[in-house]
Amino acid sequence: MSAVVQVPVFDLAGIRKDFPILTQQVHGKKLVFLDSAASAQKPRAVIDAMVHVMEAQYANVHRGLHWMSERTSDAYEAVRDKVAGFLNAAVREEIVFTRNATESINLVAYTYGRTVLKPGDAIVVSEMEHHANLVPWQMLRDAHGVELRIAKITDAGEIDWESLEEKFADGKVKLLAVTHMSNVLGSYTPAERLAAFAHARGAKILLDGSQAVVHRAVDVQAIDADFYVFSGHKLYGPTGIGVLYAKREILDAMPPFLGGGDMIESVSYERSTWAKPPHRFEAGTPAIIETIGLGAAIDYVQAIGFDAIAAHERALTEHGLKVLAGIEGLRVLGSAQDRGGVISFTMKDAHPHDIATLLDRQGIAVRAGQHCAEPLMGRLGVTATARASFALYTTPEEIDALGAGLLRIKQIFQ
Amino acid sequence: MMTDTAELYQSLIVERSKAPRYAGRPDVFDVQGHGENAMCGDEVQVFVQRGGEVRHEAHGCAILAASADLMAQAVAGKTPAQVAEMRAAFEDVVGTGKENPVLGDLNALAGVAEYRSRIRCATLPWAALGEALGEGQVNG
Repeated sequence: MSAVVQVPVFDLAGIRKDFPILTQQVHGKKLVFLDSAASAQKPRAVIDAMVHVMEAQYANVHRGLHWMSERTSDAYEAVRDKVAGFLNAAVREEIVFTRNATESINLVAYTYGRTVLKPGDAIVVSEMEHHANLVPWQMLRDAHGVELRIAKITDAGEIDWESLEEKFADGKVKLLAVTHMSNVLGSYTPAERLAAFAHARGAKILLDGSQAVVHRAVDVQAIDADFYVFSGHKLYGPTGIGVLYAKREILDAMPPFLGGGDMIESVSYERSTWAKPPHRFEAGTPAIIETIGLGAAIDYVQAIGFDAIAAHERALTEHGLKVLAGIEGLRVLGSAQDRGGVISFTMKDAHPHDIATLLDRQGIAVRAGQHCAEPLMGRLGVTATARASFALYTTPEEIDALGAGLLRIKQIFQ
Repeated sequence: MMTDTAELYQSLIVERSKAPRYAGRPDVFDVQGHGENAMCGDEVQVFVQRGGEVRHEAHGCAILAASADLMAQAVAGKTPAQVAEMRAAFEDVVGTGKENPVLGDLNALAGVAEYRSRIRCATLPWAALGEALGEGQVNG
């Protein structure tokens, strides 16, 4: 059979049926959920997988010699393979389970940061980082004497390469920690180019993929990422499970983060030796049920396919930008060339919190505030924004409802 | 749909947020207080003039701005003890959603009781006034 161009199949109505919560009403109105960038809703497959663990196949992992423990360990470890496949990691041992992206970054800051990085070394982050990719580095700076530098972004919300060059100029930078997709501006950063840039200057790169992994296929080997982090709950999975990917040789050289069971090789009263990665970084009973839920979430998005998801969300984003552009006095923040379905905006007449509350009265959930990016608000010259974010279950009609809701708010404040 | 939104954002709230009657830093005042909402960065300054006239500078949402203005109207000429009493009564109104006839126009804000995260917007000016009147440091 000759190669044919595959048009991505995307059954939006069917997908929406997979998410039980989407039939809920809020204030007697149909729920229009446009806050998936904060945390996404869960498909039936994830809910069922977690319930199944608790009902039919649960015991602690890596410990028991009994049937239940072995089966549960298998199910838990199978998710490591899934995540490795999902990110295209070279080997499964490069996948460390954490609580969330925040913990993944803290783990890197605490272990890699305090051993491989030396006082006097510098770390660069961008102006558009989530607090999770800023505060751990500030803590490391204060505890360990590394320098923290902030590379500028352009007004469009893209990496300012001139500023980045300047931050790297003295050769002290050993780590570039940067978002792969801004949770405020929706901008994608060119991960491969950033990695090549950092590597050419003797630095490693950490990418915060919390937003990016939800919308596009990520290949850590193609990017040549040294560290890549994300949270399960934004990827239609449960809370309490996150991922740290790091290249094997980097993990091998890192000391443990938390001490306890599961992360040791042998323990005596005097001293202990550490297990090999990834278990070295997974002290204590892990989030077994949540990890298995994450596995189901990955299966779910992969069954739909990122070609189809990305095409759907690209269309939604274009539509969203068009609808918002039609509202007089509304300002969309950022205008990156490469952007995803996260749109922050302000309105001339209404404060973001008033927007969020008044939209909520109409059943429409958006986020308002500083989006865990307080310094970026200052950079953009605003105190807060409203933010609508789209997911694979978002419909164009919901975006139209947002537009109509915003026009009503405009009327109220006129 | 408009009914619902109008219930919460009564015209008095919209009016006072857009055209406040007691806004602006006076040239002369006795004491001032400051309140800040760490969650959203909204802030309010309250100035108490001799004779108990109050002015405010609110930077934030309509609930905050309207609450500051209606507060300034309500507390004019009142003693610190009376203000403290009104504050407690007002916090009860926005906490429970039950109007209190004694508070007059301040009852316009009763609807925020439904929004736990917005109650703070309504009470922030009162906290700032409390600080001005020496009720201790107020945290956002």
